[in-house]
Amino acid sequence: MLQITGLTHSYGGDGLKVLDGLDLTVPDGQLVSIVGPSGCGKSTLLRCIAGLIQPTGGRLTLDGRPINGVPDDLAVVFQDYSRSLFPWLSVRDNVALPLRRRGKSRSERRAAAEEALESVGLHDAGRKYPWQLSGGMQQRVSIARALAYRPSLLLMDEPFGSVDAQTREDLEDLVLQVHRTEKMTILLVTHDIDESVYVGDRVVVLNRSPARVHADLPVGLPSVRDQIDTRGLPEFVQLRAEVGRLVRGGARVPGAAPVGAQPAGVAEAKGAGAKPAP
Amino acid sequence: MRILKALRGFVERAWLVALVFVLWEVVTRAVNETYFPPPTRIAQALHELWFSGPASSLFLTENATDDFSTSLTHLFIGWGAAGAAGVVLGAAIGRSQVLYDMASPVLEFLRAVPPPTLLPFFIIVFQLGSTMQIVTIAFGVVWPVLLNTCDGVRTVESLQLETARVFGVGRFRRLVTIILPGAAPKIFAGLRVALSFALILMVISELFGSTAGIGSELLGAQRSFELPRMWAGIVMLGILGFVFNAVFMLLERRLLAWHIGAQRLAT
Amino acid sequence: MSFRRIVFGAAGVAGAVALLEVVSRTGLVDASALPPATTVLGEAAKLAVDGKFLADVAATLQAWFGGLALAVLVAVPLGVLLGSVPLLGTAARALVELMRPIPSVALIPLAIILFADPTQMKMSLIFYACLWPILINTLYALRDVDPVAKDSLRSFGFGTPSVLWRVSLPSAAPFITTGVRIAASVALIVVVSTELLAGGINGVGIYLSSTQAGGGRTDLLLAGAVWAGVLGLLANLALLGLERVAFRWHSAKVEAIA
Repeated sequence: MLQITGLTHSYGGDGLKVLDGLDLTVPDGQLVSIVGPSGCGKSTLLRCIAGLIQPTGGRLTLDGRPINGVPDDLAVVFQDYSRSLFPWLSVRDNVALPLRRRGKSRSERRAAAEEALESVGLHDAGRKYPWQLSGGMQQRVSIARALAYRPSLLLMDEPFGSVDAQTREDLEDLVLQVHRTEKMTILLVTHDIDESVYVGDRVVVLNRSPARVHADLPVGLPSVRDQIDTRGLPEFVQLRAEVGRLVRGGARVPGAAPVGAQPAGVAEAKGAGAKPAP
Repeated sequence: MRILKALRGFVERAWLVALVFVLWEVVTRAVNETYFPPPTRIAQALHELWFSGPASSLFLTENATDDFSTSLTHLFIGWGAAGAAGVVLGAAIGRSQVLYDMASPVLEFLRAVPPPTLLPFFIIVFQLGSTMQIVTIAFGVVWPVLLNTCDGVRTVESLQLETARVFGVGRFRRLVTIILPGAAPKIFAGLRVALSFALILMVISELFGSTAGIGSELLGAQRSFELPRMWAGIVMLGILGFVFNAVFMLLERRLLAWHIGAQRLAT
Repeated sequence: MSFRRIVFGAAGVAGAVALLEVVSRTGLVDASALPPATTVLGEAAKLAVDGKFLADVAATLQAWFGGLALAVLVAVPLGVLLGSVPLLGTAARALVELMRPIPSVALIPLAIILFADPTQMKMSLIFYACLWPILINTLYALRDVDPVAKDSLRSFGFGTPSVLWRVSLPSAAPFITTGVRIAASVALIVVVSTELLAGGINGVGIYLSSTQAGGGRTDLLLAGAVWAGVLGLLANLALLGLERVAFRWHSAKVEAIA
């Protein structure tokens, strides 16, 4: 379980404050979408959770242990695949590199890499170099790299921000499929409202910078989702409108909970209930 | 069709070179020029001096094996030592902001010192001979490698480093698999510049007085006023420069294939 | 940030001087081979007011600057001429690539026989050494001018000379200047080497070789090298500054890509 209390961060000593007393609790196995206006500090939040930056205030714990430095079983998929993949390594070696930390032999690492590549639909790209693949395929490689690492918490920082619309839908479904089969906790940061509702078990809306949690909505959509059908559901349309309004700074209207929202398992989890912004 | 096209490409490139050589040959023969002997006579001198040996030694004369081995040994020891020191020190300095801020004015100054100015100093300290020549070469070419490595290491993509940290790649492994490969294009550029500087310094140090080496051959020819032989030395040095550059580029193209490929797609 | 860099840089320089001082004073290294840094700097300071040495510096600078200027005046127009005629440009590049690898210092023995006047000899060698880097950068820069930029001006009815003047030259200029900067550093090497090998009346190289002959005091030799380094540094900084001021648009573009 990931617990964030009073997370505050400002860059350069007393400079720009980007996070201001943010509270968030994510139970194991949940897929949480985090949306907010661009430049609101979503990426800073992820970097704090990943232990890449030390926040100036607040507490972060993962399974009860405070986060200092990069946690052991956490992986990140960055938006900019072209800069987070290593162009001098083949696709397979890119995926296999982090597995050194898992104490595996060379052949085990290779096998695990091939398996992960297969699971994202890249059976025969292992020997190629990342830059020989299309953007969408490169992002699949970064997802495969994260999967092969078998983290319990997967952070995705606008993972589909740099791919075309069709690829984006394919990758969204890939994330859903991974979530179903691997049962890992996923935090997906996005600025796409549609995507946040389609992918998430729960949507957390952040305010304009300095960021705190503006609203926290459960998504009551059936767990098996489909690009055409799901997006056509009235619940989807309504929730999307609600999130859209919140992102633009609107206040949460009490009682306007998504029509037909099922009290899904996720909604019972602590901190996942819809509550007005403080 | 393809052969025709290749032939056309070759002619387009080579016609001016050919024209210059023919003009040089015709004019110098016509006026019986001493200082600029015709190319054929230079080629002849080149052949006699170094390439008229027995087939068993690849047509190299005894003179050639002596001169080339002396010159090239100095060149490669100096360049290799400078390259290794430059990469190690450059990586160390480039990884630390404090060290970099402290060292960069000193390094910029040392790079700006034209290496030949230190020759008299090295001659006094080390006497004429191999040590002096190697030190001159090494000291002259270490700076481009060092500064380029610094620069390359400092400008490694921060997202790549963050990715490596997230996936728990340890410090040493990060240096070997992320930082050095990421800096490799700049390191190689530094090594290539260093190699061409090393050739220049090899020539200068030999011109100062040495008993073997291409430079000493050049000096001997000048003293005995044998101009074709002197030109042969100049041409030989040009050939070496050309070959070094070509081999290095080939190596670079192989080792940095990923960089070239990624760049081509980026533009 | 910049203040921090100045402080740290000064500390680094002081540290390097102190280190050299200590290894020499404590006898870790033979002091006659590597004299204490303060002694070298003291001698360098004395040289700064020594009329004879200043004449040497002036002679070196004159040859350096003269040869470089001559090379710029010849190489840039030649490069523009050759580069703007496609067929000629390809052939010229091949010729230049063939000539460039010849290390210019290899021509010093030839120049010694060829020229009687030392200044003339130095300037010719510098001219030759500088010609190639400038010419090559000009040729390649003109080849790589964005065809869209040229076409857009042409579509407004401008002729070839205006396209050359308003598009090709400005967009090639930063690259040409880089060529000049490379040429300047090569030229400094060539001028000092020539002075050392060929002798003459005045020059930093002459100062060094006469000091070497007259007893070989290493503090004096290093003091001379210090000034040569200062000259190299100043020239490089001046050209870099010029690039930065004149081609602000270019560096802005490069930074935007990076």
